[in-house]
Amino acid sequence: MATSTATATREAIPVRVTTGQAPGTEGTMTGRVIRYALIILFLVMVLMPLYVLIVTSFKHSANVTASEAWSLPRSLTIDGWQAAWKSLAPPLGRSLIMAVIAAILSSILGSLNGFVFARWRFPGATTIFTLFLFGMFIPYQAIMIPLQGMLIDVQSQPGMGWFDGIWKLIVVHTIFGIPICTLIFRNYYATALPNEILEAAKVDGAGMLRTYTSIVLPISAPGFVVTMIWQFTSAWNDFLFALFLTNRNNGPVTYALNELAGGQNPNYPQIMAGVLVASLPTLLVYILLGRYFIGGLMSGSVK
Amino acid sequence: MRKRAKDRLPGFLLVLPSIILIAIFVYWLIYRNVATSLDQTVTRATKRVLNPGGLANYSKLLGDGEYQHALFNLLVLTVVFVAGTMFFGLLWAVLLEKGVKGEGFFRSVYLLPMAISFIAAGVVWRWLLSPGVGEQAVGLNQLLAMMGLERFQNGWWQSPTQFSMAAMAIPAIWQLSGYVMALFLAGFRGISEDQREAARIDGASEWQLYRHVLFPQLSPIALSALIIIGHMSMKMFDLIYAIAGQNSYKASVPATLMWTQLFAQNNPTAAAVNATILLVLVAIVVVPYLIYTSKSEKGTH
Repeated sequence: MATSTATATREAIPVRVTTGQAPGTEGTMTGRVIRYALIILFLVMVLMPLYVLIVTSFKHSANVTASEAWSLPRSLTIDGWQAAWKSLAPPLGRSLIMAVIAAILSSILGSLNGFVFARWRFPGATTIFTLFLFGMFIPYQAIMIPLQGMLIDVQSQPGMGWFDGIWKLIVVHTIFGIPICTLIFRNYYATALPNEILEAAKVDGAGMLRTYTSIVLPISAPGFVVTMIWQFTSAWNDFLFALFLTNRNNGPVTYALNELAGGQNPNYPQIMAGVLVASLPTLLVYILLGRYFIGGLMSGSVK
Repeated sequence: MRKRAKDRLPGFLLVLPSIILIAIFVYWLIYRNVATSLDQTVTRATKRVLNPGGLANYSKLLGDGEYQHALFNLLVLTVVFVAGTMFFGLLWAVLLEKGVKGEGFFRSVYLLPMAISFIAAGVVWRWLLSPGVGEQAVGLNQLLAMMGLERFQNGWWQSPTQFSMAAMAIPAIWQLSGYVMALFLAGFRGISEDQREAARIDGASEWQLYRHVLFPQLSPIALSALIIIGHMSMKMFDLIYAIAGQNSYKASVPATLMWTQLFAQNNPTAAAVNATILLVLVAIVVVPYLIYTSKSEKGTH
């Protein structure tokens, strides 16, 4: 894992030494033709399901017969999109609130923890950090049954009736996001925060909190971008917690999408448009902020 | 410089809220789940013993045909999923790593499926993997027919073979090959151009260059990718649930069987046993890796 972070960091700096050839002109002519042919073949394969989604979403539901499934729509309609929007708008709003709050909370905790694990260590910090990381890998099935019971217990306390649906998901995603956010921030601070500055702050008599707010926090923006994107995407895309902890009236968009597409609903344009509507926020994040998304992937999987 | 305890305490206090949350939500809940898995239960009406209690619950589940079927499915899924993502991930990285024009664009497209949830991807793949052949062919089977490859039409995950779960790995490979590619690409970037030059000067062919100079340096990344993908496969639930529907026997793996045990069979004890075994399986893969990394980290400090 250590290697990958090093390389991922290095990726940001163009280290390619030119060999006197322009990009894309290495190797023989045949080699290049084969290379590009393969690249485009795989491109088509990767995009094929997206093609199906997009063309079907603009068809009339009567025209989605088997024989025409792969062809372009004969006439465009946005009926499917309207129907999908109508059934998914409320859960979309809930997902948005849930994913944004969970992303902010885990990022804040991750930043505090990351700072301590990188630069303000205490005895046993390595062990605790490893115990945190294990929490990132566990199959959530292994905690789901008691988790469900515990959250219902909380909900049934007097005055806690509101604690349901996305509120449960906010708690769960915030907590299970702590390990990855801590990891990302720890790795970030380990490279971005020179020891000399911290020593100087110490000499000036700044305590830990003072050091955090005046030195660490101001340089933390890149870390926050990565953890926010990562946490937003994983909370948005989660289905397992949604299925166990929410229902069709208070669940997020993944739950609603599964309801919409499950069963024998024959309205394929609505279903396919629904998939696109439910994926649009994460796709937008990915397209606009893809560079950081990849940064999160790197540090997310590997230290 | 030696730090005094006075300096160290604030660090611990700052992490303390997270320590408490992780202790409760990860470790206490794991403990609760294990405790549930050891319960003795009897059916309410007939007083028949449903779970004998203690470790016998584990031997009961391990001996159960339905569970063994799910374990076998998981094995097939994992082997194909891991092999597929490693193959495409490495191939795509090799194709793109040497300054291809538009590399950034291709890389982004290959990674695109990762931004979509398993549940959303599952909806379209359920249709693509429809089992109808011949006149009834839709999805991939129809595409095969359009390309004149009718003889490859099949029932995909609903095929009447015991290895049908291999088809369920197709959408998973589609979603995660780009991720493995990104890992390998970062690995290639980390190898200095000098080494390639040196190998070329020594007269190494392109194949020899990759085989003896570049690939060996990627093995730590390959190990990471293997463990990440392997453990994702063991946890895979959403995609199977979306494609096969709930309570599918044909496509059941331990993670989906746990749902069936809990809600369709109303047997939380057996579900807890299943979940505990799943945790152990994941831990066997992940824990040595975590210990190895934390050791190698210490070495570099």
